[in-house]
Amino acid sequence: MAESFIHAENLSFSYKGQNGADDIPALKGVTLDIQKGEYVAVLGHNGSGKSTFAKLLNLILEPTSGTLIVGGTDLSSGDLPDDELIALRRRVGMVFQNPDNQLVATIVEDDVAFGPENLGVPMPELRRRVDDALAAVGMSEYTDREPHHLSGGQKQRVAIAGIIAMRPECIVFDESTAMLDPLGRREVLDTIRMLNRENGITIINITHYMNEAALADRVIVINDGSILMDGTPDEVFARRNELRAVGLEVPQCAELIYRLREAGIPVRGTEISTVEACADLLSAAFSAEGNHHG
Amino acid sequence: MDKIVLEHVDFVYGTGTPFEHKALSDVSVRIAADRITGVIGHTGSGKSTMMALLNGLEKPTAGKVLLDGYDVNATAKELYADWLKRPEYQNMRKSTAKKAIRAEVEKRRRNLCFRVGLVMQYPEYQLFEETVFKDISYGPKNMGLSEEEIRIRVPEALRFCGLDESLLEKSPFDLSGGQKRRVAIAGVIAMRPEVLVLDEPAAGLDPLGREQIFEKIRQYQRSTHSTVIIVSHSMEDMAEYCDDMVVLAHSGIVAQGSCEEVFSQVSMLDGVGLDIPQITQLMRILRARGIDVPENVYTVEQAAEALKRHFQSLKGTDT
Repeated sequence: MAESFIHAENLSFSYKGQNGADDIPALKGVTLDIQKGEYVAVLGHNGSGKSTFAKLLNLILEPTSGTLIVGGTDLSSGDLPDDELIALRRRVGMVFQNPDNQLVATIVEDDVAFGPENLGVPMPELRRRVDDALAAVGMSEYTDREPHHLSGGQKQRVAIAGIIAMRPECIVFDESTAMLDPLGRREVLDTIRMLNRENGITIINITHYMNEAALADRVIVINDGSILMDGTPDEVFARRNELRAVGLEVPQCAELIYRLREAGIPVRGTEISTVEACADLLSAAFSAEGNHHG
Repeated sequence: MDKIVLEHVDFVYGTGTPFEHKALSDVSVRIAADRITGVIGHTGSGKSTMMALLNGLEKPTAGKVLLDGYDVNATAKELYADWLKRPEYQNMRKSTAKKAIRAEVEKRRRNLCFRVGLVMQYPEYQLFEETVFKDISYGPKNMGLSEEEIRIRVPEALRFCGLDESLLEKSPFDLSGGQKRRVAIAGVIAMRPEVLVLDEPAAGLDPLGREQIFEKIRQYQRSTHSTVIIVSHSMEDMAEYCDDMVVLAHSGIVAQGSCEEVFSQVSMLDGVGLDIPQITQLMRILRARGIDVPENVYTVEQAAEALKRHFQSLKGTDT
C-alpha cells in the first residue's frame, strides 16, 4: 500500500488553561490517513476542532499526544530542527479566511515571490515560479497591480499563488471562501479543483458550506474533537439527522430528497450531493410513477 | 409605506485625488417599512457604502437619503423657507424660530445613528467592555437613557438575541464566537432602532449558528415591526429570510423587488457575479426536462410542497 501523506494515530491537542484553569481539549484521539492527491473536505461546527487539526499539519500548533506523520516527517513531538520545519511549511501551505490579512507586499508579483524568495529560490527560477503560479490561478494579467485594489476572490487567488510558488504537496484551506461573493467563491473553488486534478496537490478544505464539501472526493466530519463521519459526500449527506444533531446540515437538494422520502415519495438512489445528480433521481422517480400509473 | 428612500444618490471616494472612485452612481431605492429587505451584490458593488449612508456615517456626494420622508442630510438653511410656515414655528419671532429649527435639525442628526442601528461585519471584534451588560449598555448610555431604562433594555436585547441572562456579568471575551456575535447585535438592538441594518450577520458561523441568528433577526423584526436590512452573499439565506431584495452591481441598482421578481432574473444575476439558490437551480433543471413544476421556488420548503403536489397529480391521473 502506498504510504499516506498524512497519518494521524490517536492524535490529541489541548489548549493550555489560563490562570491555572484546566486545559481545554480540542482534539481527542483522532486516527486517520489521507493519501497523496486526495481532495478532502472537513466539516464541523464552530469549536469542533477542525481548525485545530489543520494547524497541527504544519506545526502552527504542536500535538499534545499521539502520532502525526506528514509527508514522511514525524511531527508527534512537536519539535523539529529549523530546516525541517521550513521544509514542512513549504510542503504544506495554508490559506486562511480573510484575504486582507494574508497579503504582505504592495505589488501582486512581489507578494507571490515572498515565500519562494525566503526559501532562497534564485533568479531566474524565482521569476518562472511566480509567473507559473499566477498563470495557474488565472491572475497573470494582474502581475503588477496593487493587491488592495483587487476583489476578494482575486486576493485569495493571489494568496494561493504565493503558496503554489513554493511548490507545495498539500494545501489546507481554512474557510477560505467565507468572506467571498458567489463569483469569488466559484473562482477559488475552480482553482482548488484544478490544483488537485492537474497538479496532484493534496487538498484539505475546511468549510461551513455544504455545497463546497460536496465538491470533494471525501468528507470528514469532526465533532467535539473526534471524527464522527468519514466517507464520500453521498455517504455523509445521507446521514442527515446525525448531521443536524451536531449543528450541521446537508445541501439544499439533499434536504429536499430527505423531506420527499419522509413524505413517502419513493425517490431511489444514493447520489444526493449535487444539483445535477438530484435532478436525475427526481426525474427517474417521477417517470417511474408516471409509467406505473400511465 | 417607504421607510427609507434613496433618490439619485452618488457617492465618490477621494474626490480630486488620483484614487477618485465612484462607489455609487445614480442610486434610487425604496425600502419598505416593517419588512426584511436583503441587499446583494458582488464585492465592491457599493453595498457597504450604501449602508454607511443610511445612518449618516457618510453623506452622499449628490442625491438624497430620506428617512420617513425627511432628508437626513438637509441643513437648517435649506429647511427654513419650508419649516417657517409650520404651525410650531409660525408664532415665533423669526430669529427664535430659526434657532429652534437649527436645534431640531441638530437633534435629528444626532439621533440618526440611534434610529438606524448598524451592525457591521464581524461585530464581535468591536466588543470592548469588561462585562456583557456593560457592552450592551454602551449604545443606550450614549443615547442618554436613564439607568432604570438601561436595566430594562439590556436583558430585553439579550433575549431577542437568544442569550441567557446568566451571561450578563461575564466577560464578553470568555464567550464562544457565535455568542459574541449575538452580544454585539444585542448592543445595537438595545437602542431599539427603527431600522436595523446588518452586514453579513452570519459570516463565519456554522449552519446551526447561521440558522439561529437569522431566526432571531426574523423574530425580532416580526415582533417589533421595525425595518430590517440584511447584506449577505448567501442567496439561500436571502431567499429564506428576506421579503424584498435589492441587487447592486458596479455601483448601481440592477434590480429591486420581491425575492420572486429578483431570483427570476437568472441571467442578469449570473452576469453580475451572483447566483440563485441551489434549490431554484434544481427546479429549473426539472422544468427544462419537461417536468411540470413551478420555476419560482426559492426555499426547500416550497420545493418539497411543489414536488409533493406534482407526485400526487401523477398518481391521480389513472384513477
